[in-house]
Amino acid sequence: MDIKNIPVEKLRFVDRNEFISDKKFETKPVSYAKDVWRRFCKNKSSVVAAVIVLLLILFAIFVPFLCANKYTESLTDTTYLQYTKLLPKNDLCVKLGIDFWNGTKKRTVNKNEFLYFGGIEAETGYTVYTDIYKENYADNSGSTNTTYYDVREDVYTKNGMIYLTLTEAEFKAIQEWQNETGVQVIFPAVNTSSFKLKSLESDANIWYQCDQKGTPQLDKDGNYQALYKKSGTDDGYNSLRIEGDDGSYRYAQVGGTSEAKSYKVRVFTYTYFQYRYGFEPSFLFGTNAKGQDILTRLASGARFSLLLAIGISVINLFIGAIYGAIEGYYGGVIDLVLERVSDVLSGVPSMVLHSLFQLHLANKVGPVWSLLFAFVLTGWIGMASRTRMQFYRFKHQEYVLSARTLGAKDGRLMFKHIFPNAMGTIITGSVLSIPGVIFGETNLTYLGIVNLESSTMTSVGTLLSGGNAFVSTYPHIILFPAIFISLLMISFNLFGNGLRDAFNPSLKGVED
Amino acid sequence: MFKYVLKRIALMLMVFLIIISICFVLVKLLPNTPATQFGKDMQLIEMRREALGYNKPLIVQYGIFLQKSLLGGNWGASESLYVGQDVWDIFISKLPATMLVNVYAMLFSVPIGLLLGIYAALKKNRWQDHLISTGIMVFVSVPGFVTAFFVQYFLCHKLQWFPMQMLPGDDYFTWAMFMSLVPAILSLGFGTIAGLARYTRAELCEVLTSDFMLLARTKGLTRGQATVRHALRNSMVPIFPMIIGEFIGIIGGSLIIEQIFGIPGVGPLYIKSITSRDYNFYMLLSSFYTFIGLSANILVDLSYGFIDPRIRMGER
Repeated sequence: MDIKNIPVEKLRFVDRNEFISDKKFETKPVSYAKDVWRRFCKNKSSVVAAVIVLLLILFAIFVPFLCANKYTESLTDTTYLQYTKLLPKNDLCVKLGIDFWNGTKKRTVNKNEFLYFGGIEAETGYTVYTDIYKENYADNSGSTNTTYYDVREDVYTKNGMIYLTLTEAEFKAIQEWQNETGVQVIFPAVNTSSFKLKSLESDANIWYQCDQKGTPQLDKDGNYQALYKKSGTDDGYNSLRIEGDDGSYRYAQVGGTSEAKSYKVRVFTYTYFQYRYGFEPSFLFGTNAKGQDILTRLASGARFSLLLAIGISVINLFIGAIYGAIEGYYGGVIDLVLERVSDVLSGVPSMVLHSLFQLHLANKVGPVWSLLFAFVLTGWIGMASRTRMQFYRFKHQEYVLSARTLGAKDGRLMFKHIFPNAMGTIITGSVLSIPGVIFGETNLTYLGIVNLESSTMTSVGTLLSGGNAFVSTYPHIILFPAIFISLLMISFNLFGNGLRDAFNPSLKGVED
Repeated sequence: MFKYVLKRIALMLMVFLIIISICFVLVKLLPNTPATQFGKDMQLIEMRREALGYNKPLIVQYGIFLQKSLLGGNWGASESLYVGQDVWDIFISKLPATMLVNVYAMLFSVPIGLLLGIYAALKKNRWQDHLISTGIMVFVSVPGFVTAFFVQYFLCHKLQWFPMQMLPGDDYFTWAMFMSLVPAILSLGFGTIAGLARYTRAELCEVLTSDFMLLARTKGLTRGQATVRHALRNSMVPIFPMIIGEFIGIIGGSLIIEQIFGIPGVGPLYIKSITSRDYNFYMLLSSFYTFIGLSANILVDLSYGFIDPRIRMGER
């Protein structure tokens, strides 16, 4: 066919009636956020880390509420000192009879000690020795004068007796409670006249005949010989009497004037706790050297740390983003000058900075605010340099040019056009800065440069440094805060890394 | 290059001066409790204050400070910590313990860190790599005092291999002293090992996948030859400055580890100077830490250029 000479009438449009357009995509469009989410979910370790972070945050938020009881709330209670360094006790482990995390401790004691704590068990009926592994053996490496026992002792009941001086009302209240519950709190007074040493008289745990050093003298059946007071008056005691009491034992030493009588009584710390706080002493994480419940202290410390860290990173995000945006967008002289300012600030060692702030501001605005100011003062620099880099990257791109041509002002260009593109890096940066702040805060409180300790507030660092003296004797005081802070740091870092990989897949595997 | 170095040093000195000046002014603004070591005689105290120039205007005091302390090296006497003794002498006597612990820690951790990083990069995405990477993540994140606690509890208390604290005295080079330093060295080292290994691994992984490695293999080099001669050398470019920076940090030492293990170094001195408000110590040690920090920065930057001539610092 002759192509060159096709008659015009033979030509016609292929699809005169059809409207030509691109085919619609059959797949759904994937937004940037969705893409990030998908990439993040792919990274198993970060997802796990995110869950752990969430759990720790929930722990910090809710534990202080849920575990609040009369004990944790009575913030200035001096009876705290009776319950110091109690071991962690988990009721589940107690029920199952596992010798772990149940408030007991394996120990080797000599005969004198064994009898001393055995006295508490004999008097109160509460088990002190939950297990005796090896009895009455001689140890050549130790002293030859005594024999030894390998025992597992309950630190909660081992606390024993204390002397308390009560007013009449308090004395009556305890008796009423005793009658109601049938639990013995007040134990009979001891006739101390036969004791040679003054120190034995003040030891509430000795209620038996003993030699001049306080070693119990057992009768021939191996029982303790009670030395309860039978003379004098205990004026108004008409409550529970201990087993074997024929009614002649005296339960209080009455003193003071007739208007304001004082009652010196021997109380069992375990049941006294029950009376005073309404539950049996049992602390999941134990108590610290001040007798405070580590669980609630840790949670409130963690709450403070997290709040501070998140607050600081939000403030830093704002300051850094604006500063970096101005630097990056305008460049030139402005950039040079502003960079020098942040250079000087970043040269100040954090220790120097924080100590200066503490010396100066802590008295005026309190340690928390001065801590916050100190963190903010240098904290935004990282964020600013990150934003600046992003701005340098985007400011010469075509879409910015076209927006400018359309008449967009500087502010609009910066925050409406460029900033959203830099968002990924900036968010990742702020998440990754959170563990840094927590680390810094813990360091400072650990060293004692910043002191946040008060009856209502604490920080993880203070808890850690408080346990430092007991590493070998009571490691639980430091263990739980240490585990908490490690878990928090690891999971925050993993989470942040996962977030960074999700936002910028091209940076994957590049550290920092 | 020389010009650039000079510029950097001049800039550093300027920043140093600014920071120290701010420090000085802020410290001088603090309420200065009169030192009572010469008795409670107010007249004597007043005379002493006059003699030391505490009653002069701030700007004059600043001039004296610059002239006498910063240039002359006379940092005054301690007011409350080591009453009456020269601050500089005490500082110098504390320095060896800090340096010793940190030098040991570096000697121990740099090779291990490098080797672990290289090994992990070579075994990338195999179980060895995963194991090392997990360990790195843990030790990078866990704060030093937590590591120190575990070291102290397990190695010193449970196993009783080492004493809990550094031995007293200044026989630094005996075996017993070394053994008593091991827990501190370990606690310091773990973090450095992890940081270095992480960096090395990331760097080497990137280099191993680059084109020139492919070329090296095609030329006929074995994997070992290519790795040692080409990959390692190139990956060292950013790693080496990092090590240099750490070595500078040695002098600064670690405040917390020294505190925990009872090392009579500069760190505890600094903390004590803050808590007991000994301003002369505070000024000296603050200047010291600032100087260390700034010079570490500068050295790291400059060493890039020396190690890899292709990198020209300060060029546009």
